[in-house]
Amino acid sequence: MGRQLLLEHINKPGIRGLEGYRANGGYRSVEKALKTMAPEAVLEEVKKSGLRGRGGAGFPTGMKWSFLAKPEGVPRYLVVNADESEPGTFKDRYLMQRIPHLLIEGMIPSSFAMGVNTAYIYIRGEYFYIARILEQAIAEARAAGWLGKNILGTGYDLEIYVHVGAGAYICGEETALLESLEGKRGNPRIKPPFPAVKGLWQRPTVVNNVETICAVVPIINDGGEEYAKIGIGRSTGTKLISAAGHINKPGVYEIELGVSVEEFVNSDQYCGGVSGGRPLKACIPGGSSVPILPAELLFRTAKFETRLMTYESLSDGGFETGSMLGSGGFYVFNDSACIVRATWNHSRFYHHESCGQCSPCREGTGWMEKVLYRLEHGTARTDDIDLLWDIQRRIEGNTICPFGDAASWPVAASIRHFRHEFEYHATHPTKVKDPKHCEKDPIPYPEKSYAN
Amino acid sequence: MLEPHMDRHDATPDNSNGGITPFTFSGPALAECRELMTHYPGEFSKSALIPILHIAQADNDGWLSVPAMDAVANLLGIQYIEVYEVATFYSMFHLEPVGKHVLDVCETAPCMLRGSDDLIEHIEKRLGIKAGQTTPDGMFTLRAVQCLGSCGGAPMLQCGAKYHEHLTIEKVDQLIEQLRGKETRTNYTDHIDTPAENGTTASA
Repeated sequence: MGRQLLLEHINKPGIRGLEGYRANGGYRSVEKALKTMAPEAVLEEVKKSGLRGRGGAGFPTGMKWSFLAKPEGVPRYLVVNADESEPGTFKDRYLMQRIPHLLIEGMIPSSFAMGVNTAYIYIRGEYFYIARILEQAIAEARAAGWLGKNILGTGYDLEIYVHVGAGAYICGEETALLESLEGKRGNPRIKPPFPAVKGLWQRPTVVNNVETICAVVPIINDGGEEYAKIGIGRSTGTKLISAAGHINKPGVYEIELGVSVEEFVNSDQYCGGVSGGRPLKACIPGGSSVPILPAELLFRTAKFETRLMTYESLSDGGFETGSMLGSGGFYVFNDSACIVRATWNHSRFYHHESCGQCSPCREGTGWMEKVLYRLEHGTARTDDIDLLWDIQRRIEGNTICPFGDAASWPVAASIRHFRHEFEYHATHPTKVKDPKHCEKDPIPYPEKSYAN
Repeated sequence: MLEPHMDRHDATPDNSNGGITPFTFSGPALAECRELMTHYPGEFSKSALIPILHIAQADNDGWLSVPAMDAVANLLGIQYIEVYEVATFYSMFHLEPVGKHVLDVCETAPCMLRGSDDLIEHIEKRLGIKAGQTTPDGMFTLRAVQCLGSCGGAPMLQCGAKYHEHLTIEKVDQLIEQLRGKETRTNYTDHIDTPAENGTTASA
């Protein structure tokens, strides 16, 4: 097991409360930052750490913070994105439920670095019970002087509020999140202007994922350089991976970036191998929006290099033969899973969650769901596969926000790698009427050459 | 010129508590709403809309009637349409009456891989309704919903504030029997005790 920067104390008794959290070294980063560092020095440590946004896009956090506009007399805001709703992802819930003070602690030096005096945690509505846990933690921290006016006598003020959403995947997109926080429908905004210039209530705003903000705590405690020693290349530090699907040990694991995918899947420290006593078929390594990888491209890249759990290695080969680290929502398919059914399921998700603002996405996600329904239920023709390909490529890149891409990529990747299963569905209508046909009679993966 | 009521839905018996009872917030709910409004700068108190709709829904037998939405608009000093357009966007707001216990079963891929299709089919048979329907006795509403962020606990369902994870046919039968005996409505806003070690799959 590698170094545990976020989960080290997660199983300690009483860690959810302030007392237990303090007993394990909690809130040290606040003392260090507020009493011994200038805001610019905090930002500098985050830049040195190489920390990249843990919500999915992987954008360098220090750079994002440095874009924040600072006009005179205009308040600016930090908004924590706790809208975790990318299928396959459940790491932020784990952190907030078990160790809520870690998030509160991380928000203090982060806000201090950016000159923020009011911060919000936007949490998805379904996590209502976790909002209560966070509110409790905020009240405890406030009573103990870690929040409020004149924190630790330094003259720095910070208030944190929890804001609950009401069920909409799109609100994880940062401008939709801000719209929702303003009491509106979650329709993403046209960028620019970016939130760093005009965000919440048209004021400068930084939106960061829960895990990103939690990672600021060890970065301040141990220094950015120390953090950057973990990992490989531009993938520094640790990352939480939510592992699910056909594995023996579903759960949240903290990995040092750079562990091999094969070790992650097969080691007893992590997923504990593929479940059901069946062979591995495919894996979606970074949440439902990223391309699916067939088994033979999961442990090794097309160049026969070991595939690692890093931003770079998982995307090696581009979309032809690679995928993305994304949010770390890692779910595994054994050979009982039907790729067509899974693709239909994903399309239904994206159709349901499209905000409806852009026609290619609003209409296209519905068309994809319909065509995939036909394929899954044995009422499609072979040329429906080409139709599906055509629809997805007309959505990608033609929408205000990346949702359109996120809806297209899973469909494109499934057809790219598993076209034979789509053809099987079109030519075996009776057989595929049974949703469990793959469980009874797995479809072999054809011989393929990935050499250029 | 607009008709006087063009900016609002007309209250009809099926969208407004039988057309008889106008909605008013209970004392504690109103206090909670007013407290929420202090979280945002005064001129942006509309920001409290979604949290307040959750409170209104819990205060109105688990759904948002037109009078309830109108009361929220009046409280925030915004147009009725600003409330309707939001209430219709988010999946947790019910725009028609629901059962005492709403079972939100996740049907997205990671749950599907671990048997959510069979689970939903079982609950449909057990309750004698399809997903999206309410039992005739008004006890249960069954919904198939999208990813609830509990893929490690798959298959799972949410009822009120509580996540029920690692479900089996037996576990879900027990849950239904237990809820059948519970007369008080479960709401998303309920305060529940979540043991620190519970509710999320532990890592090794």
